[in-house]
Order: sequence, then C-alpha cells, then structure tokens
Amino acid sequence: MSGEVVLQAVDLKRYYEVDRGTFKKPATLKALDGASFTLKKGKTLAIVGESGCGKSTMARLVTMIETPTSGQLIIGDEDVSHASRSTRSRLHKKVQIVFQDPYGSLNPRQKIGHSLEEPLLVNTSMKKAERREAALKMIRLVGLRPEHYDRYPHMFSGGQRQRIAVARALMLNPEIIVLDEPVSALDVSIQAQILNLIADLQQRFDLAYMFISHDLSVVKHIADEVMVMYLGKPVETGSRENIFARPHHPYTRALLSATPVADPFRNKERIVLRGELPSPIAPPSGCTFHPRCPSMTEKCTQASPELREIEGCMVACYHPKTY
Amino acid sequence: MPLLEIENLTVSFQTAGGQFTAVDSVSLHIKPGEIVSIVGESGSGKSVAMLALMGLLPWTATVTADKLSFNNQDLKTIAKPDLRKIIGSKMAMIFQEPMTSLNPCFTVGFQIMESLKIHLGLNRAQRKKRAIELLELVGIPEPEKRLSAFPHQLSGGMNQRVMIALAISCNPQLLIADEPTTALDVTIQAQILDLLLKLQKEKGMSLILITHDMGVVAETAERVAVQYAGQQVEKQKVKGLFSNPHHPYTQALLNSLPERSKSKILPSIAGVVPGQFDKPKGCLFSPRCEYATDKCRTVPPVPAGDEQGRALCHYPIENGKPTNYPEEVNS
Amino acid sequence: MAETTIEEIIDDRPTGFKAVLSEFWSYFSENRGAVIGLFFFIAIVLIAIFADFIAPHAPNQQYREALLQPPFWQTGGEFRFPLGTDAIGRDMLSRLIYGSRYSLFIGCIVVSVSLIVGVILGLIAGFFRGKTDTFIMRIMDVVLAFPSLLLALVLVAILGPSLINAMIAIAIVQQPHYVRLTRAAVLSEMTKDYVTAARVIGVKTLRLMFITILPNCMAPLIVQAALSFSTAILDAAALGFLGMGAQPPTPEWGTMLAEAREFILRAWWVVTFPGIAILTTVLAINLMGDGLRDALDPKLKRS
Repeated sequence: MSGEVVLQAVDLKRYYEVDRGTFKKPATLKALDGASFTLKKGKTLAIVGESGCGKSTMARLVTMIETPTSGQLIIGDEDVSHASRSTRSRLHKKVQIVFQDPYGSLNPRQKIGHSLEEPLLVNTSMKKAERREAALKMIRLVGLRPEHYDRYPHMFSGGQRQRIAVARALMLNPEIIVLDEPVSALDVSIQAQILNLIADLQQRFDLAYMFISHDLSVVKHIADEVMVMYLGKPVETGSRENIFARPHHPYTRALLSATPVADPFRNKERIVLRGELPSPIAPPSGCTFHPRCPSMTEKCTQASPELREIEGCMVACYHPKTY
Repeated sequence: MPLLEIENLTVSFQTAGGQFTAVDSVSLHIKPGEIVSIVGESGSGKSVAMLALMGLLPWTATVTADKLSFNNQDLKTIAKPDLRKIIGSKMAMIFQEPMTSLNPCFTVGFQIMESLKIHLGLNRAQRKKRAIELLELVGIPEPEKRLSAFPHQLSGGMNQRVMIALAISCNPQLLIADEPTTALDVTIQAQILDLLLKLQKEKGMSLILITHDMGVVAETAERVAVQYAGQQVEKQKVKGLFSNPHHPYTQALLNSLPERSKSKILPSIAGVVPGQFDKPKGCLFSPRCEYATDKCRTVPPVPAGDEQGRALCHYPIENGKPTNYPEEVNS
Repeated sequence: MAETTIEEIIDDRPTGFKAVLSEFWSYFSENRGAVIGLFFFIAIVLIAIFADFIAPHAPNQQYREALLQPPFWQTGGEFRFPLGTDAIGRDMLSRLIYGSRYSLFIGCIVVSVSLIVGVILGLIAGFFRGKTDTFIMRIMDVVLAFPSLLLALVLVAILGPSLINAMIAIAIVQQPHYVRLTRAAVLSEMTKDYVTAARVIGVKTLRLMFITILPNCMAPLIVQAALSFSTAILDAAALGFLGMGAQPPTPEWGTMLAEAREFILRAWWVVTFPGIAILTTVLAINLMGDGLRDALDPKLKRS
C-alpha cells in the first residue's frame, strides 16, 4: 500500500574520530548531527545539500554499512541497532543503494550477469538456472538486452552502467532504494532516460526512494518530500511544493536562487552567499549557518535553533522568511 | 572586427582503431567583450576545439583550419615564440578541476609570481604587489597570507579563484573557461560565475564558457554554440536558443531538462552519442532524432542560414515544427 | 508508461577467453623486446621439459679421458662435447640443459610460495586495517631492513644448506614485496563503490576479500611475479655459488659456477657458459615482465 511508513529514523547521529597526528588529541567530526525522517512506500524523500552536509553519511547509515553513533533506525517495525545478526541480514535485503559514479560502482572484473546474480547467490538458495533467469528478466526490465549478460562493465556507456546498477539494486526485491546522486555524473540527455527509469520502477514496485542530490532541478522533478541539510543537520524539511514555492530557511532560499535555471527570460534575483562551507571538524558556534547568513543576529551565534513548524515546513531558524 | 576567428576547425586523433575526428569543421567568431558559450555533452568535442586553439593537444592530434586568427594575427603561420607570447597572456584558460590544475608542490604565490615573471618581466617587489592585487581582485580574503598557502590547504572554490587570478594576471583579451564550476558546490558555483562575469565586465575581455549545464548558459552567455559529436549543430543568441531552437538536438535537449518538463515522464533522447566506430553516414544525430527521414540517414546536412541559427539539419525547426518537411513521412 | 527498452548501438566486441587473450597479445606484441623474451623463455621451458631427449649425455656422467676439453671450435675440442667438459669430464652442454630444470623449478616454487602467502597477508592487512595491519607491515619492514642476500644466507645457515632450504629462504626474502603491493592495491580498491555495493548486497567477508577485491588487484601482482621469477633464479644462483644452495654434483647453474671457480684462468668455458645461461634467462624474463606490465596497465586504466 502506498504511503505506508517503511523506514523511520529518529535523531540519527554519526560522529567520527579524526586522528590529528601522534601528539594531538583526536578531533570529533560530526558528519551527521541529529536527523529524523521517514520513508514511505511509493514516495521519494530527497536529501539536498552541498559537500560535507552529511548526505553520504546518511546513505551509509540507512544502508547499514555503518552503525549510527546514536539514534534509532527502524525498518519495518524492527530497530536495527538492537537487532540480532540474522534480523540484520534480513533487513539488509530490504535496503539497496545506487551510487553516483557508474564507473566505480560495478566490479570491473565481473560480467554483468554475475554482478546481477551475486545478490541472489549470497542471499538465497536459488539454483543457477533460476538465478540466470532472474538476472535476464531484470536486464530486460531496465532497458538492456539479454545479450549484455556476458559483457564486462567497461564495454558500456555511463547511462547503461547506471541501468545495470539500478538492476543490481532491484535483484533482492528491496522496499527501499537509496539513490546517491544517481544522475549527476551523466549527460543531460542520458540523465532524462535514467530519471524516467527510476520513476517507472518506483510505480511498478511501490518503492520508497531516498534520493540524495545537490541538483535542485532534478529534486524538484522527482521528490515528494525534501530535506535540506547543512553541515550535518537538517535545516528545513517539507513537501516539494512548500519548499520550492515558499522556502523559509535562508540557506534553502540561497540554494534555490544559486541554482542556475535554463531560462534566459527569468528575472534573476540571486542571493550569493558569502564565504566558503566551514569545515565540519570545527563548525561555527550556535546556528552553523550564521557566518554566511544574510539575516544573522546576535542570537544565532549563541544557540543552535531547533526545528519548529512554520507554514507546513519544519525549519531550524530564528529568523525564517514567512509568506 | 572580431577578436577571434575560427573557420572550419577540424581536429582528428590517431588511435589504435584508425583516425578519429573529435572536432568536425567548427567555426566561431568572437567579438571583443562578448560572452559566448559552447554547450554540449561529453564527447561533443567542445573542450578539444579550444585546446586545439591553445595548441595544448598531444602529438597524436592533427589540427586543420581554414582560418585561425587572434587579434589579426594568423595562429597557423605564427612563429613559435610569438605564439607563446599570446597564449597564457593574451589568451588564457581555466579548467574544470581546480584541485589538479595547480601544481601541488608550489605555493599559490609562487605560481602566480612565476607567471608574472615570464609574461610581464616584473621585478620581485612588483610581482608580489601585483599578486596580492590579483588575489584581492578575485575575492580571496587575506591575500598576503594566502600567497604562502599550498593548493591543498585551500578549498575547491578558493583554488578556482586562484586559477582565475592566474589567468587574468596578464590582462588577457580572451578568457576560455572550460567547465569552471562543474566540480564545485551550488553556492560556490554561483560565486565563481558572478566573479567571472564581474571580471569580464571590468576588464572588457571576451569570455568563452564551455559547459554542459543549460542553466549556466541561460544565466551567463550572450551567444551560444551547440555542439554534438564534434559538429557545431546550432549557433544562436541565448534568448532565441531557449525560445526557438532550430536544431532537433537542441530542442530535444531542452525538452529533456527536468525543470522545463511538465509531466513526470521526461521526454528523453533515446540512445547514446555515436562513438568512433558507429558514426552514422548521414546526419550524426539521425539515429536519435524524432524527425529523421531516409535523407537524414544517408545525406550529411549543410548548415542553414543565419536566420535559422546555422542549424546543421535538413529540416531546421521553426517554432517547434520542422520546415520543408516531406509530407508523406508525416503519417 | 515510458518506453524502457531502447535500441542502443553497443560495443560488440566478443567477451570470451579467446578475445581477452587476443587483446592481451595485441598490447604485449607492441613491445618487441617482450616478444623476444617470451620466445626465449618458451624455448627454455621446452628445453627443461625435454632435457632427457635433447641432452647428448647424462648430466653427471664422467668421461675420464676428456677432462677440461675445450668447445668444439677450439683446438683440442670435438663434436662429442660441443661446449666442452668440466674438470671431471662431464659434458657442459648436458649439464646446462639439465640445469635449466633447476632454475625454472626454483623460480616457480619461490614465486608461487611468496605470491600465495604474500597475497593472503596483504589482503588481511589491507582489509582489516588497524592493529592487524600494523603488526603484519612492521614484520615485513623488519624483513626488508636486511640486505636480501644476507638474510637468505642467514636463513640457509640456520636451516642447513640444500636446494629446498635455499628456496624457502628466497621466498621469505621476497615476501614483503608481495605483501606491500597487495596491501596498496587492496587499500585503493576498498574505497571504490563496487565494494560498498557488494557489502550492501550482503556479501560476506571472505567472498568480499577473495572474489570481489582480489581479482582487481592481480595486474601489478602478475608483473611483480614475473620480475621476481628472475630475481629468484639469480638469488638461487648466488646462494649456489656461495655453497649455500644446491649441493654438488647437482647441475644447478650457480653451483656449476662455484665448482669451476678455480679453473677461470685455464678453462674459460667452464665459467662462461653457466654465466651466459643465467644472464640470458634472467634477461628474457625481465623483458617479458616489462611487456606484461605494458599489456596489463592500460587495461586497468580503461576498465
């Protein structure tokens, strides 16, 4: 049933210890500092942000490659952090991932067919012929031809490889797919093909997507819900309509106005942010966005704002723009 | 009087599988103080054409052109030392990867001052003063301190600013920016684009912006040249290109942009850009073109007139409809 | 519903073993030295295999009437012993032919032992990182800190001089190179997305190490194996020359050199021919190794 919650994250945090040499204390890198969200069947949650905002860490936590430092990750109705080994491996099958770089995400020494069969080989007791059958079916489903089964990844173009990566993610019939910038390495004309494929598969299998991207025009096209992140923290979440029509947080607004729009007739009103992204090892005090924020006040430098509801969005800001 | 004139520039590479034509009769005229964008997907030869102009291609490349002139100087017959005086000073280039375009072994200051020494012959104190000025110009805070920084100590955006400072150090008349913001974050991209536009206006230089991002084109360029598989398929003013594209490829490319689409399913272009071994006989876009006829598949098209953006098509599109289109194929 | 099946012109190159081999050959054959080296090496392998049929005499048969006889083109030489005889009347050519067996045997054993152990240690170090990594790599650093021949000598001195012990010693000396190479390759492969993808799929550690990662690290290892094959032959010859390797009357090339030391001035052929045999074999293998590197490296870049 569409809309049913399949994954819930509550205050997820992930810190890393960073070695700073033999004689210094290791520093703590807060890659992800408290994020809560839900993924629903047949719906797409887009995570938007620039480098260092914690979106890739989020992908690694949701796919259970890493365990959160604190917080809960509930898949179906089971809490991952307290699950037994066997439950974890069962949950593993429910969440799959597609990476950004189609050149690095396929094993160069493995034929496409074997790449697709591997998930079945290690997770199920299917026979060889059955596995082959399933792989061939999937190859057709993502728009490739059966004779591609025996080919190596380097014989494909970027778009075709991304189709293969999507196919591999689907082999175990997952409920959730994490799409980590799946089209940002592709050419514009190929990008549209892959976006269509992704949308089509979502409808067909009622998949829940976590779509990680920095490209707002793609997000606007594909997302149902949007979460904007800055330095490991969500600064604004809401439905796509709300975020794009009425952005409240100054960062969301800056991000939207900085994204180039393919329309030379549009009136450009651009908010150009000052300064660089701060290092997540030494984030600014208070609201981490305050050094670059155009509407910064004294209060922002002292305490970090909590998420609160403003006109249908959750916004972490003391001075949000209201409409 | 154009600053840069390129006519029928062709670049081919010697490869293991035979000759490969990466750039196929590309023409470009740039007036002083103009921003022209070259847009195309990977493999469209947009960077190669500019590298050929700068003489930066490896020895396997063969470059031919009917005309190649900069500031009334013929670049094809010019003596090597004179060419070196133009390239890097009057004609500068910045690249996509700011992190690898700077030499990691030397400080930022050293690299800028070295360029000043070679091209302008300033003395030590003058060089330092000029380097600080340049860094200030490109918006780097605390320029005196940054002079002694190594590239890896700066962020990608800062490195790209340093690259720009290097490029404009000799007051070039033409700056070629090859995907200058592709590797950068969105908010940093906006800063760098603004900086480039500001410098272009202040210094009155011409700017060639190579990109694949239609958004960047729409927001910066005045004129656009669209490239596909090494050929120039269309040349237009930017507003005309977006409102009334004349080549089917431009039209399809614009339609496939998520932000211009109304429906959930994007009108995508099927297939991929032809490679070395599968170049079609007629029009290079014919296997992917929705209007392709037998004529397109067998006869290479010639560019249409200026009023139709010199579209390389048998049936240039006018307001979304192909012109001179044969009736019987329509059904 | 979008049309998901699209016709695309794709790379139609065949993918079978034969195609891979022919592609390999096209790169390998660009290097002429490598091809010459390969043919020479194949010739040596054939000679070693068919030594019983090719050699005119048994390697240890002594002809008391023909001590230190010169090669046939010198006065006093005869066609029965084409390359002459040594101090106790054994045919040089036959001994050289049989000696090739020992050299190849040493090379094969040493390379396979150090390759297998080195790959496993390197995989473990690179895969698990942390303390395991430090432990393994520091031991390898200690081994590397000794001059290699000296360490081999010490090991043989402890184990006792024999061909087997010499091979063990050389294998241990060569070990660190493989461990380091494997570890470096594993570290760079581990950061790639396909490894993460395999983990998400649920691939277990052992399969991840040996089936997912290892095949992608093989190219530098193959080159190293080819080059250290020649080092092994050289080291074994050196140990033999110092009396620490194969023991007389084994017709091992290094041992032959050692036995002939005292006749250098009187009978040049007893030292020159084993020396030339070692030289040409090592040279051929090194040339072949260079070709292998040329053939395997661009392939890595393309895929």
